[in-house]
Amino acid sequence: MTTLHLVNAQIVNPEAGTVSTGSVTLAKGLIAAIDGPKPKGATEIDCGGHYLAPGMVDIGVKVGEPGERHKESFRSAGLAAAAGGVTTIVARPDTTPAIDTPETLEFVTRRAAEASPVRIRHMAALTKGREGREMTEIGFLLDAGAVAFTDAFAVTTDTKALSRALTYARSLGALVIGHPQEPGLSKGAATTSGKFASLRGLPAVSPIAERMGLDRDLALVEMTGARYHADQITTARSLPALQRAKAAGLDVTAGTSIHHLTLNEIDVGDYRTFFKFTPPLRSEEDRLAMVEAVATGLIDTISSMHTPADEESKRLPFEEAAAGAVALETLLPAAMRLFHAGHIDLPALFRALSLNPARRLGLPQGRMEPGAPADLVLFDPHAPFVMDRFTLRSKSKNTPFDGQRMEGKVLATFVAGTQVFKA
Amino acid sequence: MTFRARHLLGIEQLSPLEITTILDLADRYVDLNRRTVKSSDVLSGMTQINMFFENSTRTQASFELAGKRLGADVMNMSVASSSVKKGETLIDTAMTLNAMHPDLLVVRHGASGAVNLLASKVNCAVLNAGDGRHEHPTQALLDALTIRRAKGRIQRLTVAICGDIAHSRVARSNLILLGKMENRIRLIAPPTLMPAGVQDFGCELYGDMKKGLEGADVVMMLRLQKERMDGGFIPSEREYYHRYGLDAEKLAFAKPDAIVMHPGPMNRGVEIDGELADDINRSVIQEQVEMGVAVRMACMDLLARNLRAERGRALAAVMP
Repeated sequence: MTTLHLVNAQIVNPEAGTVSTGSVTLAKGLIAAIDGPKPKGATEIDCGGHYLAPGMVDIGVKVGEPGERHKESFRSAGLAAAAGGVTTIVARPDTTPAIDTPETLEFVTRRAAEASPVRIRHMAALTKGREGREMTEIGFLLDAGAVAFTDAFAVTTDTKALSRALTYARSLGALVIGHPQEPGLSKGAATTSGKFASLRGLPAVSPIAERMGLDRDLALVEMTGARYHADQITTARSLPALQRAKAAGLDVTAGTSIHHLTLNEIDVGDYRTFFKFTPPLRSEEDRLAMVEAVATGLIDTISSMHTPADEESKRLPFEEAAAGAVALETLLPAAMRLFHAGHIDLPALFRALSLNPARRLGLPQGRMEPGAPADLVLFDPHAPFVMDRFTLRSKSKNTPFDGQRMEGKVLATFVAGTQVFKA
Repeated sequence: MTFRARHLLGIEQLSPLEITTILDLADRYVDLNRRTVKSSDVLSGMTQINMFFENSTRTQASFELAGKRLGADVMNMSVASSSVKKGETLIDTAMTLNAMHPDLLVVRHGASGAVNLLASKVNCAVLNAGDGRHEHPTQALLDALTIRRAKGRIQRLTVAICGDIAHSRVARSNLILLGKMENRIRLIAPPTLMPAGVQDFGCELYGDMKKGLEGADVVMMLRLQKERMDGGFIPSEREYYHRYGLDAEKLAFAKPDAIVMHPGPMNRGVEIDGELADDINRSVIQEQVEMGVAVRMACMDLLARNLRAERGRALAAVMP
């Protein structure tokens, strides 16, 4: 493996909260030195004064294997991730069938390793078939490499079953990822209730459903002592509960999606199904509250919540259309909107995009220091472009940013010291 | 006369001037419809397809009659019982129809926004005959015409819209239209049937029907849409009738010359007293049906003119 010496870079260090000009040396898959001399025989790469940050660790990526390979394969997801600066995909288990046995987990692990230029780690289902009744073989699945346990968007309504799963997970130190939502209240909803939903005549859910789901989950975490991460916090009403849980010392973290940080309910406009999400897009007040919560660190992680959907599942009336968007390749330029708006600086952004997700999953990635894995992204936050969805590497092209002006381009991506993408 | 729209998808896209244009033309069609010989040839040679994904008798009959009186070739597709059941998507059905070169497509669908989606895929004029809980523009227009003929104007009136507002596309289209024409709008409903955020549309909200009706010029009743409810919006029909059903006692709170409207079909004894509905001094419910045909003729006439002009321009552009 060749040693790479990246010079003339603005180095983003999320842990130290700094941006400094210098060089980074990559050797044997690790960051060998920062601002060190060029080793003999090393290949020098001039970063041209652009920014170099730890590659993003994206919790909650849906890949269509097994079951929906026509929407996204490990190969296409891996290529999209490399082009997007995501160096670790943390895949969701809401596949067909669900990843709920060590055998299925081994299958996807093998498929992913063969096909993807970036790292892919896997989450497993918390309950069998994601049905919310019986817990999966959490111990075996941990041994087989599961980094977290989640039923994705399927909310366990059986509170007793969930409390047992949390208790069992705690004994093994397993991380449980919940989707905070009161399913009775959000049943059938396609938008957030309010003026816009009423005007469009769409079934809607009150933002309070998220807080109710979070309150329940946090109460169970208090009872069981489990390690818990909320996949997406999207409304201001959930924040006090999250704050209290953290202050009380519960082992709780929370994430949000890039779409809930950059879009709001009005973007749905004339029933545009590419703007349909689970949970639905919120009001502008909620969006701003989420941005601030990321800036202050109350919300720990930002995910793409990459969800491929083909044309057939989107070209339907809004209520019937599939929810979700592909986002591996738009994660960075979308995040740059927060930077350009002056809401969040680059080290804080990469804390939420790279460092915190890796830490929460117990992965060594996300750091910019000697000894850390050499997973890096080189990008120009100012490069402008107009998004054309048909240029995406994902098999599915359902991005809400189609046709929009964006700023921020990934120039190169490195995984384990090897360049896997060059613009 | 001003009417620029290519489709009639909702009241939201219409300007006050366009609304007035439709109503003025509809007035002339009312006169035509009262003659013995009702035929006109403004749509002659054109093909109108009525595509109703939801069952409908009244609206479909009204559109069919409107098209036939204007001389169009009218075809009814009862899609509710055909290929959609075989799994064909809305877009595929639309593309199939589009290939038959219709000029006017009248569509009703159970999902909000479905007609907008369909309109973006076809080359003809699309009329929304009701989409989910979103809009039912011809109903709002026929209501406006009925009000204008009864009250002499469609401005500065106090209109009370009462009943199942949450599930009603009629209520949405009406409150947009009445708002555009600068009327005072009151919404009367139990809180479970009042959609969120409607106070921001410039309406006054009432839970108490008598207070809401005080001084109203127009009382617009809505049908309780039992088929759209997934249970538990009201405790019972008799309690609903007691609190929100229109009877002579509650109507006494409105102005003495207030008119009573209902889009039909009525649930007598649920939202409206049967005798009151038939009272020719107060109820304009039958006139609404009559105005419906005239308004639909006016809408199709105007859309057809725009369609001809558009096709003419397209043809001129390719001519040397």
